Amino acid sequence: MRQSPALTFSRVGHAFLGRSLFEDFDLAIGKGEAVALLGPSGSGKTTLLQIAAGIVEPVKGRVLRGYRRQAVVFQEPRLLPWMTLTDNIAYGLAARGEGKAARRRTAERLALSVGLEEADFTKYPAELSGGMRQRANVARALAVDPDMLFLDEPFSATDVGLRRHLQDLLIAAARSRGFSVLLVTHDLAEAVRVADRIAVLSGRDGRIAASRALAGRPGERSERAIFEQVEAWSRDPVFGELFSATERAR
Amino acid sequence: MSHVLAGLGWTGRYLWAGWAGLAGIFCFLAVWQAGHEIYGSFILPSPAETAAAIDALAARPDFWTILSQSAGRALSGFALAAVTGTAAGLVAGYSFAAMRLMKPVVTVMLGVPPIGWIVLALIWFGSSGGTAVMTVVIASAPLSFAGALEGVAKRDRQLDIMAQSFGASWAYRLRTITLPHVLSYLFPAWTTTAGSAWKVTVMAELLSNSGGIGGELATARALFDIPLVTAWLAITVILALATDYGVLHVVREAAERWRSAGLPWGVKR
Repeated sequence: MRQSPALTFSRVGHAFLGRSLFEDFDLAIGKGEAVALLGPSGSGKTTLLQIAAGIVEPVKGRVLRGYRRQAVVFQEPRLLPWMTLTDNIAYGLAARGEGKAARRRTAERLALSVGLEEADFTKYPAELSGGMRQRANVARALAVDPDMLFLDEPFSATDVGLRRHLQDLLIAAARSRGFSVLLVTHDLAEAVRVADRIAVLSGRDGRIAASRALAGRPGERSERAIFEQVEAWSRDPVFGELFSATERAR
Repeated sequence: MSHVLAGLGWTGRYLWAGWAGLAGIFCFLAVWQAGHEIYGSFILPSPAETAAAIDALAARPDFWTILSQSAGRALSGFALAAVTGTAAGLVAGYSFAAMRLMKPVVTVMLGVPPIGWIVLALIWFGSSGGTAVMTVVIASAPLSFAGALEGVAKRDRQLDIMAQSFGASWAYRLRTITLPHVLSYLFPAWTTTAGSAWKVTVMAELLSNSGGIGGELATARALFDIPLVTAWLAITVILALATDYGVLHVVREAAERWRSAGLPWGVKR
């Protein structure tokens, strides 16, 4: 019997201030599958992610959710400035009423796993560097043990080393826990590194212009294979729109 | 151990910051002394004469009763105003309709001078403590209302979205996101309110002849005992300062410790 998808967009349409962002958007993400949604700036990628996560209600169509628990890694860390590092990481756990001792244990374990140190546990976000805040952002999402993870251009403001570290960390977590991933990005190399499948959102009509499966599994692809794939696709006219310097005029 | 050290460091910084406040008070005392030397004791008793009058007052058996009477009125009025004003401001911040409904009422409350409310309260409550409490509430609640309203309106919606994505309930978001943010708007309002609560209480007591510090001031004025007048005024100021620096500032420093986190030494305040 075929497994039902973790997430299905069915003829989803949305408009902002009377202007249509996309219409009849369809996409299904299988359980344990990592899909990268690429699109030019202003094409509505983040809105689609917010619709998927239930933060924004679509104007038309529907989203079917076949998962239990979701988490979002945002582009900016969005840590609460009045909470310490471990309280921030445990925010999702506290929101669902988990006990203080249990959530502190989970938060501390995850903080260490993303490369934060014990001395940082009681620090406030203002005392942490940008990279440390982004690590905490990832740890907060993993803390709730999601089976669907939404990533909204999470590493666009991080340096190359940290980006690789966090990407590897997420790939390893997705493999060991088997959660599904929807990654919104405009970085083709990141998409090729992290995803099983790539869907390209057209900047013209807001539909999927191309959907391509990637050979091999995330984490097992060589750097050479990743760069060759990026090189090949960047010459493809479907992907050409992603690298256009001009934003989508609406 | 690190918590103890952090606590000691914070207490030390707080006490050290008090020097600047003390310097301001001594400057004021110097100006007061200069005024006394120009106009004499009958017009303006010196700080030393006032201190002697306070000393004599403190020896009176009913001194603490008088203070507790005024303190009860000022602080209960302040607490009522803070609670009702903040609650109304939060509701107005979340509901546009409630804001449209409440704003004109608040404008009316702010527009009528406290003396006007005292006259009305005198008719409603007579010469009882109710007059002072009601006047304090009406004069102070609009400030808490405005602070809470502004705080809710300017909360970080991105944090709210983050919390929603984790399935946080409305009540949990209010407690962990909105209220800590609103506090930074409420503390300045509460500081102003606490000061005015003492002033309005003494004024209402004086006009309604309902005892307390205001009642004592009325007696001192009738007797032309000017050092006694300045003594009671000084006591009122000391009580207002104690409420502000002894309670509100301490609570604020503790609640907003995160604000000074991450700042290098020397620019803590």
